[in-house]
Amino acid sequence: MDLRFTPEQDAFRKEARAWLEAHVPAEPLPSLDTRQGCERHRAWEHELNRAGWAMVPWPVEYGGRGADLLQWLIFEEEYYRAGAPGRVNQNGIFLLGPTIMEYGTAEQKTRYLPKIASSEEVWAQGWSEPNAGSDMAAIQATAVVDGDHYVINGQKTWASRGAYADWLFGMFRTDPDSERHRGLSFILVPLDAEGVSVRPIEQLDGEAGFAEVFLDNVRVPLENRLGEAGKGWEVAMATAGFERGLMLRSPARFQNTARKLVELYRETVARGAVDPVLRERVVRCWMDAEAYTLNTYQTVSRLLEGGKIGSEASLNKIFWSELDLEMHETALRLLGARAELLPEAPAAKGVGGWLDGYLFALAGPIYAGTNEIQRNVIAERILKLPRK
Amino acid sequence: MRFSFTEDQLLLQTTVRDFLEGECPVERLRALWQTETGRSPELWSQLAEVGLLGLLTPEAQGGMGMNEIDLVLLLEETGRAALAEPVISSAAVGVPLLRELEENALGERWLPRVAAGEAVLAVGNGINPFLSDAHVADLLLLPHGDEIHALAPTAVTLERQASNDPSRRIFSVEWAPSSDTRVCGGEEGRTLLAAALDRGALACAAQALGVTQQLIDMAVKYATQRKQFGVPIGSFQAIKHMLADLKVKLEYARPVVYRAAHSVACEARCRATDVSMAKAAAGEAALMAARVALQVHGAIGYTWEQDLHVWMRRVWSLELAWGSGAWHRARVADAVLDGLTPAESFGYSALAA
Ligand SMILES: Cc1cc2nc3c(=O)[nH]c(=O)nc-3n(C[C@H](O)[C@H](O)[C@H](O)COP(=O)(O)OP(=O)(O)OC[C@H]3O[C@@H](n4cnc5c(N)ncnc54)[C@H](O)[C@@H]3O)c2cc1C
Repeated sequence: MDLRFTPEQDAFRKEARAWLEAHVPAEPLPSLDTRQGCERHRAWEHELNRAGWAMVPWPVEYGGRGADLLQWLIFEEEYYRAGAPGRVNQNGIFLLGPTIMEYGTAEQKTRYLPKIASSEEVWAQGWSEPNAGSDMAAIQATAVVDGDHYVINGQKTWASRGAYADWLFGMFRTDPDSERHRGLSFILVPLDAEGVSVRPIEQLDGEAGFAEVFLDNVRVPLENRLGEAGKGWEVAMATAGFERGLMLRSPARFQNTARKLVELYRETVARGAVDPVLRERVVRCWMDAEAYTLNTYQTVSRLLEGGKIGSEASLNKIFWSELDLEMHETALRLLGARAELLPEAPAAKGVGGWLDGYLFALAGPIYAGTNEIQRNVIAERILKLPRK
Repeated sequence: MRFSFTEDQLLLQTTVRDFLEGECPVERLRALWQTETGRSPELWSQLAEVGLLGLLTPEAQGGMGMNEIDLVLLLEETGRAALAEPVISSAAVGVPLLRELEENALGERWLPRVAAGEAVLAVGNGINPFLSDAHVADLLLLPHGDEIHALAPTAVTLERQASNDPSRRIFSVEWAPSSDTRVCGGEEGRTLLAAALDRGALACAAQALGVTQQLIDMAVKYATQRKQFGVPIGSFQAIKHMLADLKVKLEYARPVVYRAAHSVACEARCRATDVSMAKAAAGEAALMAARVALQVHGAIGYTWEQDLHVWMRRVWSLELAWGSGAWHRARVADAVLDGLTPAESFGYSALAA
């Protein structure tokens, strides 16, 4: 065990820091869940990609930097430190990308990965359906082989970024006689294909953060399938593992929020007395953000030594989502009467993005598999408690 | 940067686990409750043979010359076994304290004997008024302001304080500091006392991890065997989710404790904060484990006869030793919120420092 960074890692950090300081937009970009904001975020991704920073752990030939996962953590720390924009293509870069790396053919890798890295193609995830939420194996949308194409019919819903994305990856029933998680395949669908209609859905904050996607006799080539036919579940679980286990929520994000919370606490103290209960909540948040970070460094060390992410991804998902919620809730309590102010309110100066962050944090225990489902997984797969 | 243990370290952990499973079963713990001292000289010399007691002792003085990163996993095992022998005060705190004295006559005299299991050290701290294992100690190291004093057990008066944990032996100590007993003071005394406190707290945190693991294992085993309504109670979601939450708590305390071990071993700038985070997090996981494990067991867990409370009581006493969770959390708050002592975000601060 050696928890000090090497001179090479420090040099990498310096390089990332210098580039980000010179390039991160001075003003925050408009929300990525608006048409204009989405385009501005895409332009930022192009800039990142041209400099080779879009996806540092990917091989150079796919638009990455060939860095290891520790360097990725370092990059993320610097990214949040610099206050850089949210990643509009997070479904592509953090979830689909690693899955293609593991399950894709050589052609698929060359075809998709560079355009993911550059965000020329922005991706949406299509697991959920009206009747398949937590119970994802209840997926009904079908993909039937017709010559060298699949013909897809059905409905996906709650697809984040769906309103402005170019592609959707998801699971479809390719074996009509199959049940539950057998007979599903992982298929990549262009959202501009004939027969696709997208209906944006406004979220709690009033923006079109997700969408319904209707598929009516949509034809996609067979080579758009990732992994074997009927083995979609296995591929999807790998994606979900990346999502919950590591990539989707790097620790830097929460450390950054925790630091801002500490700043807010200090400002609040400077304005007058603060309830000691809130002092305790703030320090607990800070400690938990550090615990999440340390746990991640431990996971990454394990991966670098040849380990894999398994069910323990479920532990992460619960921890970060509840921490995020607690940090934002604590911030709102510190803000007192100003907590309800929208940014345009004249008295809102200095309240920051806590309310918006809170609304988003509320979704954390729901998306990427609800926390109740994660608890089931921990109990049954890690603790080996009986299913029935 | 590498946040993992070596194969050797993991192997030593297994060795100690196997040893404790064989030599320190719960029946033996219960038998020791009944004895005058509550301690087993035989077990103590076996622990010396395994190398645990001199792990931090320099090789020149008969020890293994290792550090807290090597020790932390072994302390975890002593917690899992609910071992009551004074490993923390003697091996984890006393040895490095003697080792780091500038004037080393005391160390020369005692370190080889402590490593060999022939002598026991008891070390006091400024937070907790009671001294544990003073009755079996051959040398007491006591704080007095910023001074450290060394006394023979015959030079103090001990008053036993009955503890809720029948394995514990804690005492009020009456003693008088003098120039004869004074070992060091001033800057050296402050530095060594601060290090002793951090080492004690780290060791308790490590034991708390082991105790928590044991309580989870017991609860899972019981939930798998016990049937109600015709099915194992472990199939009920209420039971599953309680245990899952506990598992989350444990797995997020664990790396905090391991990092604290690293900070102590490397004398990191933020050592005190890192250790306090570990003591608070591991203690909280353990307190939760005690409650959850009892709830999972129902009434049988509420009996004296069932072994569950052996570990529950250890949770409660560890929580109080070397600074409570509340004390340590307040110390983190002072560092992080008020900047009284150093604290840094892991990773992020690497260049800033
Ligand atoms: C902001 C946001 C973004 C999203 N983005 C996407 C996306 O990009 N792509 C996508 O496919 N989906 C997305 N989702 C959908 C998300 O994956 C689902 O909401 C989630 O899987 C839960 O499904 P559901 O909403 O149908 O709730 P339900 O499954 O109906 O669950 C309702 C409640 O019942 C509980 N419950 C259900 N089953 C069990 C059980 N077995 N044990 C205990 N409790 C149970 C749940 O935990 C929950 O509390 C998103 C959701 C949100 C909120």
